[in-house]
Amino acid sequence: MKVLVSVKRVVDHNVQVRVKSDGTGVDIKNVKMSMNPFDEIAVEEAVRLKESGMTREIVVVSAGVLACQETLRTALAIGADRAILIETQEELQPLAVAKLLNVLITRERPQLVILGKQAIDDDSNQTGQMLAALAGWSQATFASKVTVEAGFATVTREVDDGTETLLLKLPAVVTTDLRLNEPRYITLPNIIKAKKKPLERVTPQTLGVKVEPRLKTLKVAEPHKRSMGIKIPDISTLVEKLRSEAKVL
Amino acid sequence: MTILVIAEHDNIALKAITLNTVAAAQKLGGEVHVLVAGYRAGAVAATVANIAGVAKTLLADAPQLCEGLAENIEATVLSIARQYTHIVLPATTYGKNIAPRLAAKLDVAQISDITAIIRTDIFERPIYAGNAIATVQSVDSIKVITIRGTAFNPVSADGGSTPIQVIKAAAAVPSVSFVSRNLRKLNRPELTSARVIVSGGRGLGSKKNYAHMLGPLADKLGAALGASRAAVEEGYAPNDYQIGQSGKIVAPQLYIAIGISGAIQHVAGMKDSKVIVAINKDPEAPIFDVADYGLVGDLFMLIPELVNALHVYQKK
Repeated sequence: MKVLVSVKRVVDHNVQVRVKSDGTGVDIKNVKMSMNPFDEIAVEEAVRLKESGMTREIVVVSAGVLACQETLRTALAIGADRAILIETQEELQPLAVAKLLNVLITRERPQLVILGKQAIDDDSNQTGQMLAALAGWSQATFASKVTVEAGFATVTREVDDGTETLLLKLPAVVTTDLRLNEPRYITLPNIIKAKKKPLERVTPQTLGVKVEPRLKTLKVAEPHKRSMGIKIPDISTLVEKLRSEAKVL
Repeated sequence: MTILVIAEHDNIALKAITLNTVAAAQKLGGEVHVLVAGYRAGAVAATVANIAGVAKTLLADAPQLCEGLAENIEATVLSIARQYTHIVLPATTYGKNIAPRLAAKLDVAQISDITAIIRTDIFERPIYAGNAIATVQSVDSIKVITIRGTAFNPVSADGGSTPIQVIKAAAAVPSVSFVSRNLRKLNRPELTSARVIVSGGRGLGSKKNYAHMLGPLADKLGAALGASRAAVEEGYAPNDYQIGQSGKIVAPQLYIAIGISGAIQHVAGMKDSKVIVAINKDPEAPIFDVADYGLVGDLFMLIPELVNALHVYQKK
């Protein structure tokens, strides 16, 4: 079985982003970029499936600027076998990415596509579901446990008030929740090995997909700032403040 | 302009978030229809028919809609979707699972987790864990939207009297089936609608401390219990207690953060709370930047003291 994993290059999750003063976006110049944390979990899960003998090959895909190659190399260092970069300067929104991936899966014919449940930059939580819909496959989002056996995947999903388990006939799309696994650290030998693994470059044009944004961003602003709070000395003052000032008790 | 709201429910009762979703739909300014897709969900449809300001209640009732599987709900909604200008769902695991499938099938963008409606085609939504607010315009003919419940006050659950129209459910999608569900029993208010939340982090040190320190305080306040990602990962609290970018987004009247440092991912889930109280031994913890009232000290001393003080106060 072949597994396809998509990974996104995003601002590192530890960076506190700043909104640009002209309101056109957030300032990502000279900011540390990393693989989206949910996608790391996706790559890790694919590698574990391979280690358990359930998967023959892991293909990892990223769409975006040339620098996404670094993200792909990271995925190769975790254990993916080969990489595809869909290179474009255009802003890519989930629908466009889903269409690009859909073309790739008709070419690559994976049995399973694993994506992160959401990217921590646009916080959309859409691409996996959109891909499943376009491909006409079933989906298991927010996965915290995945087992693959005899053409089926059993997936436990995190839902608002607990968990639920689904049985999917492959091929299918799975999106990862935090609880699915703990991604491994990348070792130096693996980083070196990853440099020799194949990385193919294609473009949306060669895949025949129109990627222009369907949502126009009119403005990006700072969130409403909370007024400065105060430190208080003891519990009795706290209770008093909550009662008379905040009126929440 | 006609707007379709997809109701969230468990075939027995309507989820409260549906009332927030209807509120957002009403803000768009058109006629609002609500679809109940489920199995033996007639009682839910009857509840929906009572909601003030709903023009039509639609009921699709079939075994394949029982478990709310995205594939089957999507297929059923798709059969009526083109009659609508907007399709609105809550940004819960239910809504997030379905909405993008619908949007892709309609070849339209989906707009996630909106917090404000500027115009029928312009919306505000938080990005980068709530560190920026984007104003976006949809150029598509149908807008498929998920709404952040805490950003829209619920409409009244009664005062309406709407006809229920039965629609046909699409055939079952054979490639997916439901196996089981493991729901946590709630003996406290539901997290996303609680008026008060008591939330604990790594500072509690153990599962036992989490229960012993936070339980009595939550009981005193009639509060829901929440947790930071660290506390969940350490196993102090169950996964579905997690508040933050990858967990639940809450905005209670009072949020008490105990032993929580205040990482951006956590703050993203609670910074719209009306009043935030932080109790932490580290005076430099970033949680104090968003707290209205901060108390620096040992939570193991302060929490029992707080419980006592509330006890005395409530007796007065």
